[in-house]
Amino acid sequence: MSEEPKERVGVYVCHCGTNIAGVVDVEDVAKWAGEQPNVVCSRDYKFMCSSLGQELIEQDIKEHDLTRIVVASCSPHMHEKTFRTATEHGGLNPYLFEMANIREHDSWATNDKEMATQKAKALVNAAIERVIHHQPLEPIPVEINPNTLVVGGGIAGISAALELANAGYHVYMVEREPSIGGHMAQLDKTFPTLDCSACILTPRMVEVGQHPNITLWSYSEVENVSGYIGNFSVTVRKKARYVNEGLCTGCGICEEKCPRKVVDEVFEAGLSYRKAVYRPFPQAVPKYPVLDPSNCTYFERGKCKACQILCPTNAIDFEQQDELMQIQVGNIILATGFDLFDARRISQYGYGRLANVFSSLEFERLVNASGPTGGKIMLRDGVTQPESVAIVHCVGSRDKNYNEYCSKVCCMYSLKFAHLVHERLPNAEIYNFYIDMRTPGKGYEEFYHRLLHEGAHFIRGRVAEITDAARLPGEEGKLIVQAEDTLIGRQRRIPVDMVILSAGVEARHDSKDISLLFGMGCDFEGFFVERHPKLDPVATMTEGVFIAGACQGPKDIPDSVAQGAAASARVAGLISRATVMMEPVRAHIDAEACSGCRICNNMCPYNAIVFHEDRKVSEVITALCQGCGTCVAACPSAAITGAHFTNQQVLSEIEGILWDVRERQLVPA
Amino acid sequence: MKYGYYPGCSLERNANSYHKSAMAVSKPLGVEFAEIDDWNCCGATEYIALDMMASFALVARNLAKAAELPGNGHQLVCPCSLCYLNMSKTEVYLERSPEFATKINTALAAGGMHYEPGNLRVRHLLDVFVNDVGYDAIAEKVTHPLKGLRIAPYYGCMIVRPAYQQPFDDEEYPTTLDKLMKALGGEVVDFPLKASCCGGHMTQISESVAFDLIHRIIKNAADYQADVIVTLCPMCQLNLDAYQDAMNKYMKTNYHIPILYFTQLMGLAFGMASTEMGIGKEFIDARQALAKIGVEVPVEDAGKKKKTTKEELPMPRMPEEG
Repeated sequence: MSEEPKERVGVYVCHCGTNIAGVVDVEDVAKWAGEQPNVVCSRDYKFMCSSLGQELIEQDIKEHDLTRIVVASCSPHMHEKTFRTATEHGGLNPYLFEMANIREHDSWATNDKEMATQKAKALVNAAIERVIHHQPLEPIPVEINPNTLVVGGGIAGISAALELANAGYHVYMVEREPSIGGHMAQLDKTFPTLDCSACILTPRMVEVGQHPNITLWSYSEVENVSGYIGNFSVTVRKKARYVNEGLCTGCGICEEKCPRKVVDEVFEAGLSYRKAVYRPFPQAVPKYPVLDPSNCTYFERGKCKACQILCPTNAIDFEQQDELMQIQVGNIILATGFDLFDARRISQYGYGRLANVFSSLEFERLVNASGPTGGKIMLRDGVTQPESVAIVHCVGSRDKNYNEYCSKVCCMYSLKFAHLVHERLPNAEIYNFYIDMRTPGKGYEEFYHRLLHEGAHFIRGRVAEITDAARLPGEEGKLIVQAEDTLIGRQRRIPVDMVILSAGVEARHDSKDISLLFGMGCDFEGFFVERHPKLDPVATMTEGVFIAGACQGPKDIPDSVAQGAAASARVAGLISRATVMMEPVRAHIDAEACSGCRICNNMCPYNAIVFHEDRKVSEVITALCQGCGTCVAACPSAAITGAHFTNQQVLSEIEGILWDVRERQLVPA
Repeated sequence: MKYGYYPGCSLERNANSYHKSAMAVSKPLGVEFAEIDDWNCCGATEYIALDMMASFALVARNLAKAAELPGNGHQLVCPCSLCYLNMSKTEVYLERSPEFATKINTALAAGGMHYEPGNLRVRHLLDVFVNDVGYDAIAEKVTHPLKGLRIAPYYGCMIVRPAYQQPFDDEEYPTTLDKLMKALGGEVVDFPLKASCCGGHMTQISESVAFDLIHRIIKNAADYQADVIVTLCPMCQLNLDAYQDAMNKYMKTNYHIPILYFTQLMGLAFGMASTEMGIGKEFIDARQALAKIGVEVPVEDAGKKKKTTKEELPMPRMPEEG
């Protein structure tokens, strides 16, 4: 006679259409599971996540008096919540449920049906063995601080901040550069509508600067982040501007009188100069200038002080120090943007060596009315207009040697460049060297056709070399662009006066450090990883940290704006709920077993453990604990338990997964 | 610094001045080369097209011999770009494919030899000078800077492409030779065609192709007013030097740019005698160019024919061609 089981487990094996059933023999797994100890009911079903599948669990709990539930299906990331809810509806505590992932970890990983079925049994068995030891748990409510931190003041960060601020929530915006505006502020026109970039951006910048709900810290960087969703504590370093913001009126006399000129590598992309005390551009927000001590005569030699002497409000303060600001926020939106691919890396294109090879950002400044030539297209000598211009697409993109991905925006901005050259220099010949034209978007393909009608030449072929070594008649004194025209199957050499390299989009050079700072992931290229590439593109695997714009991957302006707004909608939703329920996965110290050694006190990354001097024992503050398990592993007296990850639960799971190994050992060798 | 050394066939004949100068300059720089005993031809470009397995075995024999050299530092230095390419290619292929290595070792076993892949790192002479010795150490030895000499640094196509082992310079626009020449005090011209092809063996196959390629390089150097083209490959030196006059005739041009090895200029900058560097053997006379840096090249009296004695018997006559 079989013993009456102490727990009554129900097992459900999902077909997931053919996703699982195509490889795993689900009927066999279900039948086998039904024969295991403690299992009183075992079924396979086409789609467990459907309403009918969920109702099946609820009915069985009532009919068969089940006390534990196991569902073998997809990743817990997808449906753990669904099945916990179904378990709860059936009348059980939702934590008396366990999920076995036989899709991502099994059927999707192999075509070997026999082995896949065997592994499915092991995974199901592990879940059965574990679930028996589960304890009923209650989720922990966490209050959401209504303040939000937005990192990065480009168009994505601006749109995120404004959405939240206009909804009535307070936003702290931190920007690394002296002014917000990002890359969009450097551009002349935007594709495909040819709106003036500054004209559409600056009103939004001004709105950020003036908004009562936005605290703007430019020339500042986030230094430290601690805490968790709803309760982040952030340290921001406000770098010394050497300008007293309370006194400065933004009149610009200091900049005008400063005798030091240096190349502006950031805003002007190295194509023009700025002073040692400067505002990157006239419409900068905030209006206060920044004094750059590494180029200031006073800081170098202790003399000059022209700016201080001539400032009408006495706002220049050479003694100013960096300030550390401590803020509490509930959510964080990262909109840190991108870096342009450095075209120097492709030596055969001659950027940095051949004077009239320009990077795309340089050309943006060149063609910009507020740029170094007042918008006149000139060669590097500053006086000669080019009669012919080559635009090289995919520089650093779609190239195994540099970045394999498509940078998404270059085809369109190259078309924009071609149009601008045509508009300013109607007689100039324009050659586009492309691999494929990629113009998906509203009005984008139409813009491409417009360019074809304007008479720009399109040569399909990746450029092999740009050289000034003339070989054929007509090449003397020109830059020769050599490429294989793949449509006619010939090598072509096109002599031109100017070459523009349409450089690709790369992750920020320090994006890996930033991802560590905020405790989230970034991919191999350095772009931040979203929670789900399709269904959750602005959330990250870290609760309360969201991403928007080109820091997640190459993006144009409309996409960045949309993501900024989407991220703020997610944050607004959390704020309006005021509290969120957190997983009750928390550590607990058994005071009886605690020896008071205090090892765990220092190990805890969240400072969640306090020591009671009077009783000589440590205690976990449940509200601060994040359930990381560090203290559980570190405790020499085994006095600390992690809820939902007890030793018994984990060891039983391991024993369960090794069921067939155990069986094999029974056979004498 | 000790290295195994594989001179290759051309360094014994047409590029003997390269060998001589390389040996001469390595001494003051503290570089010691141990030549492989009983080495054989690397197969150049042709043999691999005829019999791939045999051509790799031919190269592997040199690798096996080099690995046996005491104190080679597990490094093998080749001054010739083609030898360098063949050696590093074979070494990398052997390392990547154990199956291939077994086959090659079966062939080597017939001669009682064996090569363990990964034993040697194959280096070009230039790589050793600029990266192991370093520009500063080289500059320290300069007593007669090449001041005022306009130098076009010519790398040819095989030294950096394809980089089978770690590339030591940019594959499309190398700069190590530029920096080395600057360290010697020379005036380096920006030379866009520094890594393009000299034509290789096309001189033997198609005059029009070979002369076009040679013309591009010579013309480009002349456009930049170079006094001399400096090279690191016997094939490049031969093509640009020995065929320059023929190219001039074919293209109806009149260029006159001497082609020297980089080691020859190193020697001159170190104050060594031009004859010791093998200067004076080139087809395009370097005297005029070298006069700019005050180097005099003694005239060899090679013009005089050896007098025949009455007793001497006539040579056998060879049949006329065609």
